[in-house]
Amino acid sequence: MGIGTEAARQREVTRKGWLLSTPALIVLFCAAAGPLLVMAVYSVLTKGQYSGVVWDFSGDGWFRVLFERDIFNGTVSLADAHLTIFWRSVKLSLATTVITLILGLPTAWFIATRAVKWRAFWLFLVTIPFWTNLLIRTFAIMEVIKNEGILNTALLKLGAISEPIQILYTDTAVFLGMAYVYLPLMVLPIYAVMDRFDIRLIEAGYDLYASRWQVFRRVILPIIRPGIVAGSILVFVPSLGAYVTPRVLGGGKNMMIGNFIELQFGQGNNWPLGAALSMVLLVIILIALLVYVRVSTHEVERG
Amino acid sequence: MARRAFNVTTLPGFTAIAVLAFVVLYVPIFTLVIYAFNGGSSVALWGGFSFRWFGVAWNNAAVQDAAIRSLVVAASASAIATTVAMMAALGTTRRGRFSGQTFIYVMINQPLMVPEIVTAVALLIVFAGIKIATGYTGLAYLIIAHAAFCIPFAYLPIRARLEGMDTALEVAAADLYASPWQAFRRITLPLMMPGVIAGAMLAFVISLDDVIITEFVKSAGQDTLPTYMLGQLRRALTPEVNAISTALLGVTVVLLTGFFLITRTKD
Repeated sequence: MGIGTEAARQREVTRKGWLLSTPALIVLFCAAAGPLLVMAVYSVLTKGQYSGVVWDFSGDGWFRVLFERDIFNGTVSLADAHLTIFWRSVKLSLATTVITLILGLPTAWFIATRAVKWRAFWLFLVTIPFWTNLLIRTFAIMEVIKNEGILNTALLKLGAISEPIQILYTDTAVFLGMAYVYLPLMVLPIYAVMDRFDIRLIEAGYDLYASRWQVFRRVILPIIRPGIVAGSILVFVPSLGAYVTPRVLGGGKNMMIGNFIELQFGQGNNWPLGAALSMVLLVIILIALLVYVRVSTHEVERG
Repeated sequence: MARRAFNVTTLPGFTAIAVLAFVVLYVPIFTLVIYAFNGGSSVALWGGFSFRWFGVAWNNAAVQDAAIRSLVVAASASAIATTVAMMAALGTTRRGRFSGQTFIYVMINQPLMVPEIVTAVALLIVFAGIKIATGYTGLAYLIIAHAAFCIPFAYLPIRARLEGMDTALEVAAADLYASPWQAFRRITLPLMMPGVIAGAMLAFVISLDDVIITEFVKSAGQDTLPTYMLGQLRRALTPEVNAISTALLGVTVVLLTGFFLITRTKD
């Protein structure tokens, strides 16, 4: 009897689970997952003459992600312009991840070592910029780094420079903007791990004559590693797919993959290439997320 | 010689870097807010304290229009997202695992993983086709697109709340001959309400702040406040943009404070 009712109960749980999730799945399918499938199809179609696609199979979209064919003699070569954009995206995203880690790790440590009643306050200070409109934060950093902005004004007044440094509309501006915008994404997961940190472990380290560096390297770092991995993924993934920050601060010339994708659906007018580029970006991000899942389950297994 | 007590949690340079990080986080935002109160016409030169640009923004028909549209889209999208997320949360928690649960999780969290620009161009492709086929170009496209990416933000706080809830009360209600609907209406719903409100607030903020998907999905003349501000970039910036930003920032801070107060009273 027990087995029969247990199986019936499980069936009921499954049925209710699916039934109650169906409305959410429909909305997500219509306006998120479904369109992505359509785009996967578009990446293997032929580009339309003016815009859109012609319903004929073609590998041209994927081919053009990395290569170009000379229009006169048909020789195939690597598409240098595309490689430059990919390299800029990866380089700026890695740089953003490193700088946010350098700033974010001590910040998370600072918050985690405050008195318990003050932690929520400091955490709230990190959370406000995190939830503030991305565009507003990008405007804010733009006002700081532009030629008449407070950074250049301060440096001029101090006599450190004789004329304003052109930061806006350079790769540096995109880097500074992304570091500013994504810093909270590094602090929050590292803090989440540190919050459960047992201070007695550090005391034990010092009791055993470890230096500060040894305590940090051998006691603290191994424990907060999952937080560092989570934070790095959380910063790297949106940096790689960034669109607003490079558009506003890079000024059209310093494109990243996100802007390059948009270009294909606008002036570039090559929807299959745009769709293929989107798929490439999705695959890279999927790999990053899988690495994260592997590392975090590994941590759990090690205890 | 007096020596300071050895503090085991101190690491050299960490406090200095943390202070630097907070300065870096807040100087740009404060600069933006301060210049919203600039009496002059420039975003760089200070022309005395004034509410002038708030007045200009308030009386600008395009801003009014965009603000109303932002609120309509955010309210509708967060209402839809919260409702469907609440149902999904009820279906996927507290009853043990079932086949397909992982698929449902992945689907719900998918908007958090896919870069917004990718979803935006995918929606552009699909909705452009539907717009031509049906001739309908209303707000429904923006509302459904926003509802979709708001679902994970509404779902996570509701699920967290449900998982922390004691099922004994619902069992007791059933023992006292409450119908499943009565038990839900009188017991489950009031108990999960803080999670629902928190989820709705996050969904509202996320919808209100969206730039990229809105920019690609909107039909002609359907600017929301963020896309209006993005459009202003092509012209010379005036403190009007700072004033709009400051107002949006105010709404975000108020909703977030509410969110924190609601989720903190949980324990």
